[in-house]
Amino acid sequence: MGDFQIKKEVKKYDAVIVGSGAGGGMAAYVLAKAGLKVCLIEAGPNYDPAIHSSQMKNPWESPRRGASTKFRPFGDFDGCFWGWQIDGEPYTMKEGSDKWDWWRARMVGGRTNHWGRISLRFGPKDFKRRSIDGLGDDWPISYEDVKPYYDKIDQLIGVFGSNEGLPNDPDGIFLPPPKPRLHELMIKKTATGMGIPVIPSRLSILTKPINNERGACFYCAQCNRSCKVYGDFSSSSVLVKPAVLTGNIDLITDAMAREVITNSEGLATGVSFIKKTDGVEYQVSGRVVILAASTCETARLLLNSKSDRHPNGLANDSNVVGKYLHDSTGAAIGGVLPQLFGRKRYNEDGVGGMHVYTPWWLDNKKLDFPRGYHIEYWGGMSQPAYGFGFGMQGLNGKYQINGKTKPAGGYGASLKEDVRFFYGAGVGMAGRGEAIPNINNYCEIDPNVVDKYGIPVLRFHTKHADYEIKQAKHMKETFKEILHNMGAVITWGGDDNADNNYGLSNPGNIIHEAGTVRMGSDRKHSALNKWSQAHDCKTLFCVDGSQFVSQADKNITWTILALSMRTSEFIIDEMKKQNL
Amino acid sequence: MDRRKSIKTLLIGAAGTGVLAEACKEAGKKETGPLPEASALNDRMQEEKEYLTKLNDGDTFFTPHEMKAITLLSDIIIPADELSGSASQAKVPAFIEFIVKDMPEHQTPLRGGLRWLNMLSAKQHEKPFTDISDQQRLALVDLIAYPDKAKPEYKQGVSFFNLMRDLVTTGFYTSEMGVKDLGYAGNVPNQWNGVPDDVLKQYGYAYSEKELKECIRYDQQG
Repeated sequence: MGDFQIKKEVKKYDAVIVGSGAGGGMAAYVLAKAGLKVCLIEAGPNYDPAIHSSQMKNPWESPRRGASTKFRPFGDFDGCFWGWQIDGEPYTMKEGSDKWDWWRARMVGGRTNHWGRISLRFGPKDFKRRSIDGLGDDWPISYEDVKPYYDKIDQLIGVFGSNEGLPNDPDGIFLPPPKPRLHELMIKKTATGMGIPVIPSRLSILTKPINNERGACFYCAQCNRSCKVYGDFSSSSVLVKPAVLTGNIDLITDAMAREVITNSEGLATGVSFIKKTDGVEYQVSGRVVILAASTCETARLLLNSKSDRHPNGLANDSNVVGKYLHDSTGAAIGGVLPQLFGRKRYNEDGVGGMHVYTPWWLDNKKLDFPRGYHIEYWGGMSQPAYGFGFGMQGLNGKYQINGKTKPAGGYGASLKEDVRFFYGAGVGMAGRGEAIPNINNYCEIDPNVVDKYGIPVLRFHTKHADYEIKQAKHMKETFKEILHNMGAVITWGGDDNADNNYGLSNPGNIIHEAGTVRMGSDRKHSALNKWSQAHDCKTLFCVDGSQFVSQADKNITWTILALSMRTSEFIIDEMKKQNL
Repeated sequence: MDRRKSIKTLLIGAAGTGVLAEACKEAGKKETGPLPEASALNDRMQEEKEYLTKLNDGDTFFTPHEMKAITLLSDIIIPADELSGSASQAKVPAFIEFIVKDMPEHQTPLRGGLRWLNMLSAKQHEKPFTDISDQQRLALVDLIAYPDKAKPEYKQGVSFFNLMRDLVTTGFYTSEMGVKDLGYAGNVPNQWNGVPDDVLKQYGYAYSEKELKECIRYDQQG
């Protein structure tokens, strides 16, 4: 870093957006297409999947054969820069907290470069949970408010799926889904026989081309690496790139936002940031400031933006900023299907992710936990990577291999036979459930710690409640039954019990965190109004997961996109009316 | 997709913005420099490139003698057979040298395990593992290769051999030779039309009418 300097930018933008993931990318896209001048600030480097993706690399093209590093916790080919830890950017836990896992991406497009593309609409009930079970809070909006935007993004971005007419898993405007793989047919047959629905998954992957800018899926199963032909949704390729092409956007990369700047009236007028490449401090100004830095980073920015008018941090008259932090619940299990031992080889890569899934199917009134979960499935003959073949001594003594009984372990030609025999027989499933937002689960500014840029860091305090633990128990029981009924042998995740919360993942670990700057009609108990606009600062909007009141048993990206589009159109409208 | 065009747009977007243009200059320089065509490191961020250089330029971890033992063990674990070559032919020992630098937690178990094996070899044959006959080596390996049968006093050796088996197996089956051996048929552009008919038949499955109607179907010519 050079000498300390602060530079104020003279150009005034219509909007300054912090973060280029799903929320920020969509805001940048909508505003730039409408002709507004936008400054888009991103903490990481530029990233274009067409150039920077590891797609189609073979395992031997990674010196660590695709293993994880701190730079790529989901593997060396994964399309996300950084993850659970970032050098020089610590975060802390408050005493008495469960371990909070915080995933942070630093790149244009953020986590959308590697996400699972699971693109689920919230259903009508998901916006009104308090009215149904008395827990948490209702959203200030309903499904009918968001539906037009879901419809628009289905068409703008593309998503495959099937219309099933389910009451709380709404139909959409879907591309045709891919046919199930073999293990998925087996799961479907078994689960359906148990009364558990298994339907085509809903992933934002193009089984057919939808425009001339993006190619169609060519079935390499590597969506997590990001797609060089833009055959799936990443904010980098689908939103930021076309937004920048309008000429209305200045994209500033490697820029770590420090504070939202406010004027004497308390209105947000810009953002200060440090440019990582030269260490210089900059300030940019805009008519509105739109935060989409990710659920917790957005809260951090607001809490670090204190002023005489906003002594408690910006948008925080209600004192809820940072609170109600919640993630999807998660529990998983895996095994092998002996009927698939020694199976015939063929290319079953398919799309990146499952071709079928299970939406929540039960009535919580008849259960001892209040909210549902969906089930994700995997298995089959995938590309080997680091870890492939590990633990053979736990497997090869248990089954006849091509008619022979062998002692566990071993080596040599016999070991090679074993590896070939077991390949492609794996199967697994995971639940992703809704947690109840809780005021006692929060992030706050650690009073003692700063990151390497001198920005005060977040300290987390989160704890699982009984609701979530009971839900995980139900997941595990259900998964075991499905696996048992389909003749699988459980190899991991089958021994969880009350001592380890039935294998319930750490909060944050599922990377669906939401709720820290929630919207609501009551300004005493919420930070934003129904337009994602701060109650106490009309020029400040939050369009990422932070605005969520609750997150349903659905992955939240599709709703982030829909709400960001809705808010962006509201901003354009309000600007036209001279209200902003 | 014209990358240069998009860069141009980026720079035009920043033009006239004074200090912002300056702020973008460094990134801009990198962008407009000679584009490394199909560079193997295009997908790496700067911090990863620096880390990789550090690993590759650093000291070799294993001594030549240790590497000789690792190579012998690798080829005992994965020898050549009618379908594919051996671990050393697939350069598994070099992978193990890299991986212990990338994952230092493997260093002590491997170094200590090799020494443990040498001590066993010295006790039985008064020579290190590398210097005994092939037959003697296999006899030693047999003492530690079968966890359920191994004597209690050899359990540390079993742990070492389990780790070696893991690393050699994974190193081999993620090599070009190993992937071919395995018969993994993916990682090529294609159009998924479902499970092949003969496989469906083998397992007694068929796509339902609903699936056939709603799922994407590609012309096989395509």
